[in-house]
Amino acid sequence: MSGFSTLLYKEMLRFWKVAFQTVAAPVLTTLLYLLIFSHVMQGRAPVYGEVAYAAFLVPGLVMMAVLQNSFANSSSSLIQSKVTGNVIFMLLPPLSYWDFFAAYVLASVVRGVAVGAGVLLVSLGFVSLSFAHPLWILAFALVGSAILGALGLIAGIWADKFDQVAAFQSFFIMPLTFLSGVFYSIHSLPAFWQELSRFNPFFYMIDGFRYGFFGVSDINPAMSLAVALLNLLVFTAVALALLKRGYKLRH
Amino acid sequence: MTPAIQIQQVHKRYGAVQALGGVDLEVAQGEFFGLLGPNGAGKTTLINILAGLARADRGSVRVLGHDVVTEYRKSRRALGVVPQELVFDPFFSVRETLRLQSGYFGLKRNDAWIDEVMHHLDLTGKADANMRSLSGGMKRRVLVAQALVHKPPVIVLDEPTAGVDVELRQGLWEFVRGLNADGHTIVLTTHYLEEAEALCARIAMLKLGRIVALDTTRNLMNRRDSLYLKLRLSGAGLPAALASQVRDSRDGVHTLRVPNYAEVEGLLAQVREAGAQIEELELLQPDLEDVFVQIMKDAKA
Repeated sequence: MSGFSTLLYKEMLRFWKVAFQTVAAPVLTTLLYLLIFSHVMQGRAPVYGEVAYAAFLVPGLVMMAVLQNSFANSSSSLIQSKVTGNVIFMLLPPLSYWDFFAAYVLASVVRGVAVGAGVLLVSLGFVSLSFAHPLWILAFALVGSAILGALGLIAGIWADKFDQVAAFQSFFIMPLTFLSGVFYSIHSLPAFWQELSRFNPFFYMIDGFRYGFFGVSDINPAMSLAVALLNLLVFTAVALALLKRGYKLRH
Repeated sequence: MTPAIQIQQVHKRYGAVQALGGVDLEVAQGEFFGLLGPNGAGKTTLINILAGLARADRGSVRVLGHDVVTEYRKSRRALGVVPQELVFDPFFSVRETLRLQSGYFGLKRNDAWIDEVMHHLDLTGKADANMRSLSGGMKRRVLVAQALVHKPPVIVLDEPTAGVDVELRQGLWEFVRGLNADGHTIVLTTHYLEEAEALCARIAMLKLGRIVALDTTRNLMNRRDSLYLKLRLSGAGLPAALASQVRDSRDGVHTLRVPNYAEVEGLLAQVREAGAQIEELELLQPDLEDVFVQIMKDAKA
């Protein structure tokens, strides 16, 4: 095993050992959203003409779960290691900053996709869905979770305390995911908010992901993927630069 | 031969605090080397720079000839560090911890060595226990084991016996001595000076980020050229001629300074000739603690 694959394995083993909390719990929470929102909103918001609201909602919720859990994985793992001090076990060996980055982000992708798949699977028991373009679904799930994995890594590097990571999540990640069209099509919004939504990178991830199911979207999926990839590039560059400098890790 | 550790003009500053102010140090392969100094002297900072956990502002550090910044993969592979803080990952068992650590160094199928290290450190019985459930002493042993999974030629122990019971301390030293005998270079920091005295062949003393003494343990001990002779006398008592040599007299026990061993006989003769009988006699050799205190005092001036 190389250093990288060991670190990846360790990161996956870490969340898997507490899968009840890291996988099962978010699946349940997301399903509660689905049950409540689809009940309350039924018949009220016609979306894309013929798509039932509950069906429209599922991909949004799946992607939201993917994004939030990928962020949670890398950020909470790293801040825990920093606060307890065991991060030195990863700093003493000859792991490169690329190894470090790739292992944390890939483990986040695995966790995000695992939770997303769980939500999707259980949702299929309640809602019938189409899978118009499975490859788009996969592409957005992977790119989206990688972006949030990188962002979580950045938050974990930057934060000195648990509450700083929690604040990052509550005041940045949560609002951006909630206001990204998970629960509505942005075409139902007033013009100003519609325009504003276009500055939210999460909107493109969710819209593109949804395209994979229905073959319909607010934005051309190729455009959405391009925006998502650009985000991935930027956050990857930032995370790598921080790791290379040893920012808040190697003093 | 390439030095195990080569430190040249290392400076490090944390904000307003000068942690290291130009440290030069060379440790040869196979040495058992002690790094001593009061809290805040810069010992851990120096070790952190050596291990790549911190970066020097200036200067260079090499492990077996490999620069710790530009050739960090090689330098880290050559180095095993037992950190001062009792850290652990609560998600894993002892064996998982050691397997992961081994894997970080890119080692496959290392189980035979892991089993051997666990055996030597008396960890075999706890191999599958979660790290959380271990006592402090056991966690310390796991840290030692983690530092050794990749068989590093250079081993640094940063205060490994702080808060550790006598049995483990002795077991640990026996083990580390064995590693040294097998050719491993050992660098040790400790606050227990009798440990350093017993184990280290050469010692550097740090104060406020500078090396204030660097010599063999024997030479350092010889710096205190005087011995102390403790006498309890009956009969005539201490002859007046020796009054200038008395360091203290308490409960009929006199402690006398003696410049060297050759003077001991003459001194005892003087006591006898004065008509005093020796009831108890103890020859106190200077210990490293005296030397340490003296050097730290001198360095202040």
